[in-house]
Amino acid sequence: MKAANFDYVRVASINEACQALADGGEDARIIAGGQTMIPLMAMRLARPSLLIDINDVSELAGITVAGDHLIIRAGTRQADTLASEVVKSQLPLLADALSHVGHTQTRNRGTIGGSLVNADPSAEIPLIAQTLDATIVAQSTRGQRTIAAGDFFDSAMATTLAPDECLVEARFPIWPSENTGFGFHEVSIRNSDYALAAAAAQTTLDENGNCLRLSIAICGASPAPLRLINVEQALTGSELSDNMIKAACANIDDLIDPQSDVHADAAYRGRVAKVVAARAIGDARDRAKGILV
Amino acid sequence: MSEHKITLTVNGREMSGHAEARLTLVDFLRDVLGQTGTHIGCEHGVCGACSVVMDGKPVRSCLMFAVMADGHEITTVEGLEGPNGELSPLQDAFWENHAMQCGYCTPGMLIATHTLLQENPDPDEAEIREAIGGNLCRCTGYQQIVEAVQMAAKKVQEAS
Ligand code: FES
Ligand code: FES
Repeated sequence: MKAANFDYVRVASINEACQALADGGEDARIIAGGQTMIPLMAMRLARPSLLIDINDVSELAGITVAGDHLIIRAGTRQADTLASEVVKSQLPLLADALSHVGHTQTRNRGTIGGSLVNADPSAEIPLIAQTLDATIVAQSTRGQRTIAAGDFFDSAMATTLAPDECLVEARFPIWPSENTGFGFHEVSIRNSDYALAAAAAQTTLDENGNCLRLSIAICGASPAPLRLINVEQALTGSELSDNMIKAACANIDDLIDPQSDVHADAAYRGRVAKVVAARAIGDARDRAKGILV
Repeated sequence: MSEHKITLTVNGREMSGHAEARLTLVDFLRDVLGQTGTHIGCEHGVCGACSVVMDGKPVRSCLMFAVMADGHEITTVEGLEGPNGELSPLQDAFWENHAMQCGYCTPGMLIATHTLLQENPDPDEAEIREAIGGNLCRCTGYQQIVEAVQMAAKKVQEAS
């Protein structure tokens, strides 16, 4: 359980990181928290030739609000994001999901960007990016580009980032807070373990309590976090009764592609996905109505 | 492959050594610096036995290459004792409550609960269980560990 040999360089700026990636060839990798990368290296599932350490790059850390977006720089620690008051007030869905990510020791090192680029099919941070339509910003020596979350997550543990690109930030839309609520539900074997399936929802109601806007996505039952567009369409404009939510969420078999593993078979995962999706929407509705805190 | 000179402040003392980039912090502490209090369990971030404090926060030392910690401050279980080598109130409470059997998980448990008590001197049971959520113990069933932390918190508060 020891990693194979590699070269190591510590960089001080995004430009230096991009240059090192461009010079380092296909097997060069960025390392930040290392909480996914180092286990993969220990198990020899990853063998990078060069690790580019960005932990000293101060321009890659921090959380800011710009207009109606919350911007989280890629190297921001999960623990700092979880403790952030602005995240709690502007993006409570992310704050709630983060409490399910790993443990104190791993959140102290693990970063928001690291979780996004690792794109684990059952990871919570990619799920929230997908639910809220976050915009991912990547940089290379060729310049900067923005990628919609829907185009970013490709399949299990794979994104559309090019090998020479460094993720620099994620921009999460902030919804107007009035009559808006979120819901997050997860089923896992143990507290803080990877989710068998999880769901995140956010909704805004109109003055009559009907659904004006709904976002719902699930993870764990598809190769990448999945927006349930047909559920959103079926429920928008409705009163979001429990029965309607349940019926809409029962109807996702064509969208999901759950896999079997030692923890759960595909059929069970698919069932769990439907249940957590319905619960997440129900909580979002109740928070929007102010009857759930 | 790259070889590096690494300097750390370990329990207040500056220590250095050489290592390949692939050497983890826990192996560096134990094999190069001779600080064997920190234990190695799974070597891939599952068990928490290797927990150390880095710059004030608990982290897993098998999930960091030593070279990444160059220039940083580390506290290991050896650094928890009092000025004259006596057990800290937390260590004493572990002893009092039989919060260990084989002792394998103990350094990690002590680091996790030590940092908890620094941030939160009066944790409730759920907060203690959350703080040790990333540390596996195959012996005690956790109950005595929770009781030890409760006793340590009480004793420190009574003393102050
Ligand atoms: S040895 Fe580090 S977590 Fe198990
Ligand atoms: S005392 Fe044996 S593993 Fe905890």
